[in-house]
Amino acid sequence: MRMRCCLVHSVAALGLLVGCVAQEVRVPHSVVADEDASISTSGTGKATFYLVGPGISRRSDVNLGHEINLAGEELQHAGEYFALLCSSDCQSASFFVVAAKPSSLTFLVHPSRVPVAQGDGVSGVALPFDQFQNFVLAPEFVNFQLTAKNGSLWSRSVPTKEGVAWFRTASGRSAGALQVRASLNDVSTLRAVEQVASDPCHLRITGQRNAKGILLQTEPIHDCAGNPVPDGTIVTFTASAGNGKSTVDAPIKQGVARAEIIAPGAVTISAASGVVMGNELRIGGR
Amino acid sequence: MKIALPIVFVAVTTALMVLALSGAGPARGTVGIAGGWAMYGLTPKASTPQQALTNLLVDVQRRNWDRAFRALSKTSAVDQQGFIEDWMGSNGSLRSFSALEDFDPRPLHMTDDQADMRVYIHWSTPVGPIQDVRDIQLVREGDVWRAVWPKFQPPTVPAEVIPVTYLRWDLVTGSAEDQWGSKNVDAPHVRIISMNAVNTAEGAVVMGEVVNEDTIPAFVNVNATLVDGSGNAIDDESSFDKIDHVLLPKQVTPYRIDFPDIDLSRVKNVRMDVKAALVPASADPVIGVMDQKLDTDAQGKAVLHGDLLNESGQTVNISHVIASFYDNSGKVVWVSDGYVDRALLPQSSEPFAVEIPKSLSGEVHNFHVVVNQYSLGRS
Repeated sequence: MRMRCCLVHSVAALGLLVGCVAQEVRVPHSVVADEDASISTSGTGKATFYLVGPGISRRSDVNLGHEINLAGEELQHAGEYFALLCSSDCQSASFFVVAAKPSSLTFLVHPSRVPVAQGDGVSGVALPFDQFQNFVLAPEFVNFQLTAKNGSLWSRSVPTKEGVAWFRTASGRSAGALQVRASLNDVSTLRAVEQVASDPCHLRITGQRNAKGILLQTEPIHDCAGNPVPDGTIVTFTASAGNGKSTVDAPIKQGVARAEIIAPGAVTISAASGVVMGNELRIGGR
Repeated sequence: MKIALPIVFVAVTTALMVLALSGAGPARGTVGIAGGWAMYGLTPKASTPQQALTNLLVDVQRRNWDRAFRALSKTSAVDQQGFIEDWMGSNGSLRSFSALEDFDPRPLHMTDDQADMRVYIHWSTPVGPIQDVRDIQLVREGDVWRAVWPKFQPPTVPAEVIPVTYLRWDLVTGSAEDQWGSKNVDAPHVRIISMNAVNTAEGAVVMGEVVNEDTIPAFVNVNATLVDGSGNAIDDESSFDKIDHVLLPKQVTPYRIDFPDIDLSRVKNVRMDVKAALVPASADPVIGVMDQKLDTDAQGKAVLHGDLLNESGQTVNISHVIASFYDNSGKVVWVSDGYVDRALLPQSSEPFAVEIPKSLSGEVHNFHVVVNQYSLGRS
């Protein structure tokens, strides 16, 4: 901004050095990006016209009293433009170029993984831009739609405020991909959030002695919404006997966790995964 | 003058050589030789148990296996290959990457013909110095003492086929052309579930536990910053190797952060920072921790010992045991760790022991052990 002011002042100073006739410059209040515009002038004689704006800085000789035409390609960047007309003295005026109609939506969705049935677990922010990457500040309605494998979960039309539209909502109850779409007129952007199972629910274990020790196994592990807990989740088996204990951190594979514990005597066996405890087993000595 | 100067030099050199040879014993050491003698052929006669053990350990240190084995008692049950493997390790174990740096033999019990010695062995290893303690029996045969070496039984595994449900996570990095915000994958969600700061003789220690609450593996590191009363940072350290860095979903690891030479009374606040990153990982091998017991070892130290059981079909080269100890209110009062210097062969077990400070052993009410493992050629 400071640089632009300096440029304008320098140009004005340059204009003062030139012999000038009184003139006036009138600019449009607002121009849409990439649209042609014109600036009217008054007075007679020759003058020098300067246009300074985001992404442009040009000079041309003009005849006072005629309109100065600005081509659309000179006005593709949104922001404040300065028009400076210098003959006997210098006159300046500024106008704004605003973004054209939205042609793309930048859409951020958070998080990329979310446990099922989590309140306010999914949030998204959409920012419309026109074809020249100008941020569209004019109010628009963005339609957000969340779809899981079993149908639409949530849909809402949200107006942009200062160019930004956002939502926050709960995740669904089924594990799997959650498609999140933001659309504005004919522009649409799709993101995916992975809904994952929540903490295990009703962790149950069984065990039996074999030649080496005790073979332990969980029943298929699900969360409280019935989704299978992801493979790799650690289940800790603990066998306590007297003043000692044995533990195995076993990952769930194909829905169940298995471990072998060497304990010749009678033991009490429990299992836990995260904050969830399972049932206790008492197995007698060999 | 022309002759006098060389004579003086020769005399001084000879004097220094004699001084060096007479003074350089295992206690003082020679640069580059942690114990023993600087010159071959000058090994003192094993006329005492201590001398015999020192001679043996110097030969072991120099990997002079023929001479070391010849110095053993005929009643030893070990063969030379077993003796070498006992000292050198095998299967890519930590011992096989270690060097005997120093030793300190001390008598335990002695008669005219038999002696029991305890030797404190200092190994230099890729994971830092490790101290080992061995009790060795020696007998007098004629006019020399010889160590009686017990039979070394390397673990053997029967040929068998172990079915494995392969489970692994790989990372795919998005290409640069992807639209901004379209391919973000969040870092794993991990949480510090407990933290405790204590003062020890060596300095302040911050410890606790971290859980991976996510459904994908996480590479975890915990940092702590000690802050004084005026808000200035005194020191910041990380958990370094006193943590199981790769956490599978719902897995809990202890962590310990040492602040040497810092008194906790200077500390007003501790700023904790846990960092988690996506990491490729495997769910195997599974290592069980069997028969965990709090006990007192032969040196009178409070230890937690047990056996690590490799429940998979892969060899685990280096096992690292990290244990958290809780008081009766469930607060973490100490975190200890230790490396097992023998490889864990498939379906076989190896003993481990980690030490607890004597002052805390009475407080310990429960404990939790995790095993970190390193396998050559696998991530």
